Amino acid sequence: MEMQKSTPPTAMIDSNISPPTARQKWLKKLVSQRHIQIMALLGIAWMIIFNYIPMYGVIIAFKDYDIIRTISEAPWVGLEHFKEFLSDENFGYVMKNTLGISLIKLMTFPLPIIFALFLNEVRILRFKRAIQTISYLPHFLSWVVLGGILATWLSDVGIINDILMALHLIDQPISYLAEPKYFWTIVITSDIWKELGWSAIIYLAAITGISPEMYEAATIDGAGRFQKMWYVTLPAIKGTISILFILAVSGVLNSNFDQILVLRNSLNDSASNVIDYYVYYTGISQGRYSFSAAIGLFKSVIALTLLLIANQVSKKLNDTSLF
Amino acid sequence: MSLIKRKTIGEAVFDIINNLGMLLICFVTLYPIWYVLINAFNDGKDAMLGGIYWWPRVFSLENFKAVFDNPGITTAMLLTVAKTLVGVGAHVFFTAMVAYAFSRRELIFGRFYIFLGTITMIFSGGLIPTYLLIRDLHMLDTFAVFIIPVLFSFFDLIIFMTFFREIPDGLDEAARIDGANDWTILLRIVLPVSMPVIATIALFHGVYQWNDYFAGIIYINKESLQPIQTFLYRVVAQSSSNIMTTALQGSAVTKTVTSQSVKLATMVVTTLPIVFAYPFLQRYFVKGMMIGSIKG
Repeated sequence: MEMQKSTPPTAMIDSNISPPTARQKWLKKLVSQRHIQIMALLGIAWMIIFNYIPMYGVIIAFKDYDIIRTISEAPWVGLEHFKEFLSDENFGYVMKNTLGISLIKLMTFPLPIIFALFLNEVRILRFKRAIQTISYLPHFLSWVVLGGILATWLSDVGIINDILMALHLIDQPISYLAEPKYFWTIVITSDIWKELGWSAIIYLAAITGISPEMYEAATIDGAGRFQKMWYVTLPAIKGTISILFILAVSGVLNSNFDQILVLRNSLNDSASNVIDYYVYYTGISQGRYSFSAAIGLFKSVIALTLLLIANQVSKKLNDTSLF
Repeated sequence: MSLIKRKTIGEAVFDIINNLGMLLICFVTLYPIWYVLINAFNDGKDAMLGGIYWWPRVFSLENFKAVFDNPGITTAMLLTVAKTLVGVGAHVFFTAMVAYAFSRRELIFGRFYIFLGTITMIFSGGLIPTYLLIRDLHMLDTFAVFIIPVLFSFFDLIIFMTFFREIPDGLDEAARIDGANDWTILLRIVLPVSMPVIATIALFHGVYQWNDYFAGIIYINKESLQPIQTFLYRVVAQSSSNIMTTALQGSAVTKTVTSQSVKLATMVVTTLPIVFAYPFLQRYFVKGMMIGSIKG
C-alpha cells in the first residue's frame, strides 16, 4: 500500500532494485507466519466440519431426506415438515411443557441473586467460604447421578414417602416420578438444588468488586443491613444481572435436556415431553430426520428471536446489552 | 477510617437468622448426598427395610465389591477414565493452539477467523444434522466419537485468547532471536505460563467428559464402549433393574446385595473422583468463571 516508504536495503537487493509490491510484501508476511496460519487453519477446518457442515445440514428440514440419498439429492418439500409439526397431535402438550418448565425456571432467576446477597452478609469469613464450597458441589454431580438420588428419594419406599407418612399427610406411598402432576415440581426443585450455588458465583464476584467506602457511607447515613443490600449491593451488580438475564431468556427453550431425559419416563410423558425430547425421539428413535430437524430449527428460530428481544429491552431499560 | 461499630440488637438478630439460614442451605445441599452414601455402605437386603437416615445400620462393603467384581461396570469405568484423560489433553492442547494463533494480532485473516468462530456460538446445526455428520464420518461406535466432536470450543478459545493477550510481549523475544518457531514458543513459553487458564479449561472439560452420558446414548451401541454415566443412565432412568440384575449375574456376592444397593454404590464410585478432585480445583474454577464472565 505505502510503497514509497523507505524500503529496507536488504529488500532492495533481493528484488533486483525495483521495490517489492504490496502483494509480494503480503506473501512474505504470510510465509513468515506459516506456523500460526497452520494452527489457525486446523481450528477453522474443525469448525467447518463440526459446526458449518451441520448448519448446512439443517436444510434437510426443508427436504424429504432419507438414508438412501445424500442431503443434496433429497427433494425439496418447502415448509411441509413445519406444517406437520404445527398440526401434530403432540404439538400442544410439547409446547406447553417446554414453555411451562422454561418460564418457571426463568422465574427462579432471582434466587441465586438473593442467595449471593445474603451470603455476602455472613461476617465469619471461614464460614462464608465453607458455605460457598458446599453450595458449588452439586453443580459437579452428573444429572444421571442426581436422577439416581431423586429416584431413591421419591420411590415408594423412599424418604419423602417416609416423612409424609410419618406426618400423616398421606396414607399411601406415592410414586412421584410415575405421576405427571409432580413432574414440573421435581424438575424445578432439583434444578435449583443443583445450580443455586454455582449460579451465585458471578454475582458474588461482582459484589466483591464493590468499594467498601460505599458501605461505610451508607452506615454513616444510618442504613441498616437490608437497606444496604437494597440500595448499595443490588444497584452495583445491576449490569451483571442484566447480562445474565438476557442469557437466561435466550436459553429459555433449552429445557435442560440432560435433566429431562433422566427424569422422564412413559408414565409422566404428558408432563415431561419437551421440544428437545421430541427432537431426540422423532429423530434418533424413529429416524424421521427431516421432521425432527424441522422441529429443532423451529426451536432455534424462537430462541434467537427471544435473545434479540431481550437484548433490545435491556438496552432500552438500562443501557446494558450483549451486542 | 472505619467506624468502631457496635452491633445493635437488630444486627445481631439478623446475623443469627442469616447464619442459621445458611446452615440450613448447607444441610439441604449435603444431606441427599449423605443419604446415598450411607445407604451404599449398608447391607443391601437390610436397606430394603428403609429407615436408614443418619448412619449405616448394617455396615457392609459388599455393594462396592459387587461394583468392582462386575466386568460391565469396571469396563465402563475404565473407558470413562480413558475418555476423560484423552479428551481433556486433546481438547486443551487443540483449543489452546488455535487460541494462540488467534491471539496474535499480526495474523492475516485473523478478524475473519474470529468472525467465523463467533457465528458458531450463535447458530448450530442441532442434534439431527450433527448425528448425520457423525454417522457419515463413520464415527458411530468408535472411541473417537467421545474426543473429536468436542476437540474444540470457541467459548474456551475466547478464555484462552483473553489470557494469552495479557502475556507480556517481551517474553518470547529472546527465544525468537534464538530462532525458535511458533510451535516451540507455544509449547515452551506460552503454555507453561498459562497454567491457571489451562487448569480451568481442563476442569470444565474434564467434568463434561466425566459426566456426559448423552454421546454414549446416541452414538454408541457396543457395550464395550459404554461410558459409566450411560450405563448408570440405563439403570436409573429406564429403571430397568433387570440390566443391573443381569450385570450382577456371575458375581459371587448376590446374597446380600440388591440391584438398588449396587446402583447406589455405582453412583458413589462414579462421583467420588469429582468430589476428591474438587477442593484442589476450586480456586481455579472460580477464577475461570470470572474470566468467562468478563467476556460475557
